[in-house]
Amino acid sequence: MNNSYIHKKTKALQFPSLLFVMLLLISSCETDDAQTVATFTDLVIADEFDTEGAPNSSIWTYDIGRGPNGDGWGNQELQYYTDRTENVKVENGFLLITAKEESFEGATYTSARLKTQGLFEQKYGRFEARIRLPYGKGLWPAFWLLGNDCDQNIWPQCGEIDVMEYLGDSPTKVFGSVHGPGYSAGEAETKEYSLPNDRFDTGFHVFGIEWGPEYINYYVDGNLYNQITPDDVSGEWVFDHPFYIIMNVAVGGSFPGSPNEETTFPQTMLVDYVRVYKNNRLN
Amino acid sequence: MKNRKQLNVKTILLALVFMAMLGCERELSDEAEFATFSTTGEIFTDLPVGLGSDFYFPFLGSKATAFSVDESESYKGSASIRIDVPNANDPDGNFAGAIFRVDGSGRNLTNFDALTFWARASQGITIGEIGFGQDFGENKFQATRTNVTFGTQWAKYIVPIPDASKLVEERGMLWYSAGTNNTGGFGYTFWLDEVKFEKLGTIAQAQPSILNGASIEQDAFVDVPIELTGLTQTFNAGSGENITVIAKPSYFDFKSTDVDVARTNELGIVSVVGTGEATITATLANVAAAGSLALNVTGTFDFAPTPPERNSANVISVFSDAYNNVGVDYFNGFFNPDGQTTEGGAPPLNVNGDAVIKYTKLNFVGIGTFQDVAPLNTTDMTHLHVDIKVNESIDASDFIRLQLLNSVGNNETSGSFTIDANTLVANQWVSLDIPLSDFTDLGDRSQIGLLFFISDSTISEIFVDNIYYYK
Repeated sequence: MNNSYIHKKTKALQFPSLLFVMLLLISSCETDDAQTVATFTDLVIADEFDTEGAPNSSIWTYDIGRGPNGDGWGNQELQYYTDRTENVKVENGFLLITAKEESFEGATYTSARLKTQGLFEQKYGRFEARIRLPYGKGLWPAFWLLGNDCDQNIWPQCGEIDVMEYLGDSPTKVFGSVHGPGYSAGEAETKEYSLPNDRFDTGFHVFGIEWGPEYINYYVDGNLYNQITPDDVSGEWVFDHPFYIIMNVAVGGSFPGSPNEETTFPQTMLVDYVRVYKNNRLN
Repeated sequence: MKNRKQLNVKTILLALVFMAMLGCERELSDEAEFATFSTTGEIFTDLPVGLGSDFYFPFLGSKATAFSVDESESYKGSASIRIDVPNANDPDGNFAGAIFRVDGSGRNLTNFDALTFWARASQGITIGEIGFGQDFGENKFQATRTNVTFGTQWAKYIVPIPDASKLVEERGMLWYSAGTNNTGGFGYTFWLDEVKFEKLGTIAQAQPSILNGASIEQDAFVDVPIELTGLTQTFNAGSGENITVIAKPSYFDFKSTDVDVARTNELGIVSVVGTGEATITATLANVAAAGSLALNVTGTFDFAPTPPERNSANVISVFSDAYNNVGVDYFNGFFNPDGQTTEGGAPPLNVNGDAVIKYTKLNFVGIGTFQDVAPLNTTDMTHLHVDIKVNESIDASDFIRLQLLNSVGNNETSGSFTIDANTLVANQWVSLDIPLSDFTDLGDRSQIGLLFFISDSTISEIFVDNIYYYK
C-alpha cells in the first residue's frame, strides 16, 4: 500500500467523510506511514517514480566517478558512480539505486549518486522520501542535502543536512546530522534513531526533515526524534540558503569500513517517492 | 455543529461495523479448527516455565547431574540455569548435554522468530551445540547453533527459527551439548537466564543452503538412496551479524527436475528410482536455497559378491565390509612423478554404507601399508582374495597384474601374479583366490607394504572390493 499516505493527505479530503473512513479501514491492515510531526503541506515538487526507465532528467542529474580528487569522495569510498541502468533505474514504481561488485574503471564496485543540483534547489521546507534500504557490512546509503554554494564556500562552510544515513551492518539504526564550519565529519551534530522490533532493510520507511529559520526537525515515519537549532551547533549556522538533494549508495571507505565475506551483492536501495514541501509558515 | 457531531457518531458506528467485517484475521471454519497449543514463549525466568515436572533428559554418556537451578546467580530476577561441565576424566560422564522437553503437549511457536537467552561462563569458552527442537522423538524441526562463544559477562544470544510456521506443536524447547575439547579436559560452569522464544522482528535476509551451498554433480544408482547434508539457514540479526543454524530437512521443501529419476522426502533422503538425470534443489519458506545435487543415474549398483565366511582369526583384511580391516596408508599412492595416471580410491566410494574402490584411468596404483601403519605379516597366510569388476569390454591382450612388495625401501623384494583376459569378465565381478606362493620372487612376506594393480592402461576402469589375506 505505497500510496495510503498520499490518499490520506491529499485526495481523501475530497471524498465524503464516510468514504474517507472506509478507505482508512480498508488500508488498516497495512503499516501506517501517516505522521503528524510534519506541518508543511504545500507540495513544491515530487517524484513518485512512476515512469519506467531512467529517472526524470528534469529533476535528477548524477555525480559520476570517484569524486573530484579521485579519492572516493574524500572518504576512500570504493565505488565508481555511474548513470548506467545497472546502477540506477526506475522500475515498478520505485527508483532503484544498485551497488554491484564488479571491476569498473579501476574500482571494485559500482553504484549511483543522484542529485538535483541546478535542477531543484530550495531554502527551508520539508524534504521527505520513502525508502527501503539495503544491508550488509560496507554499504552506506544516504538521503541528504548539500548547500548550493559549495563552489564558492568550500564544504563544510556551504552546509550539509543529512536527512538519513545508514550503515548496512546496523540494519535497525539510521541517523540524521548537520555539517557546518566547526562541526563537520566526525564532529557533526548528529543523532541516531533506532527502529523498535524492526529493521530498515525489510520494509519501507519515511525519512524527513522540516527545516525553517533556526531549526531543523528530523523524523522517521511518525516519530520526531531530533531538533537541531543554532544553539546545538558549535559554529556558524549555515542553513539559510538553498540546498539540493542527493541520494546515493556508497560502498566501503573510512566510515563504514569495507564489505566483508558476508556482504552479498548486488544491494539495492528502493525509493518509493521523494517529496518537497515549502515552509508555509513563512508566508 | 450539532448535525456534524451526529454524523461523526454515525460514522464511527459504521466504521465499527466495517472493522468487524474487514478484520485482518481470517476466521477458520469449525471443521478446520486446530487444537490450541500453548503459545507461551518463556522457558526459564527464575524457574522453568510451563515445562511440567519431568523435562530434563541428559544425553547418553553425559554427566546426568550437570544441570541445576542456581539461586545465587542470575542476569535478571533471582535464579538461572547452571550447567557444570565435568572434567573429561569424570567417571560419571565426560561432557554435559541434555534436552529440555515440555512434559505434555508441545507449544505453538509460530509467532516467534528466535530462541533467545542470556549467558555467561566461569571462563571464556566455546559451547559445542545449543538450540531447540530436539525432543528424542523425530527431532523434525531441530535447529542448532554450533561453536557459540560465551564470555564471563552476561550477554544475549539468539538462535533464529529457520521457519516458524512449521512449529505448530513443538516440545523441544532447548538443548545443549558442551565438552572440554577446548579447555584441555578441564570442566567449567555456564549459566543461562531469561531463556525464551521471542518475536524480535529483526531476524531477516534469509540465506538457506543445502550441501553447504555447493553445487555437486555425482553418479547415483537406482535403489541406492543419498542423504542430503549441509542443511543450514542463515539470518542477518539486528546487530548486523549473520547467524547460521543447522536446520533439519523438514524445514525445507525439496524439488527434483525429474521425479521419475530421483525425489527427496521430508527427512532429506533422496530416493533414486530410475535412470536418467535429475537435479535436486530446495527452498526454505519460499526462499531458494544455495546448493544443488545433480545426479546421473545409469542403472542399479552391482555390488561385489559377499565373500565366503571365514573365521576372522584366519584373515588379514585390507578392504572388506565383511571383516575388520587393518589400517592402511592409502588406497591410491598417486605416484604421479613415476607416470601414474590412475585416479580414484581417495577415498573409496560409499554406496549406501557399502565401501567399494573405483579406479579410473588405470595404469598402475598401489595400496600402501608401510608408512604410518604396521606392514602386514602374511607369513602364516596362504591366499590373497580380491574381487574385481572391469567396467568395460576386454580385449585378448588386456590384463591386470597384482604385485606385492615386502619390506618397502629396505632390502625390498617383490612378486607378481598376472590375471589374464580369459579370467576377467566385462562388466561383471570376478572373485579371485590366489595362492601367495604364486607371487614368484616375493620370498619373505612378513612385511607386506604395497599391493599394486597394474594394467599398463590396457584396462582403464575397475571396481575392487574384498581384498584380504587368509589361510
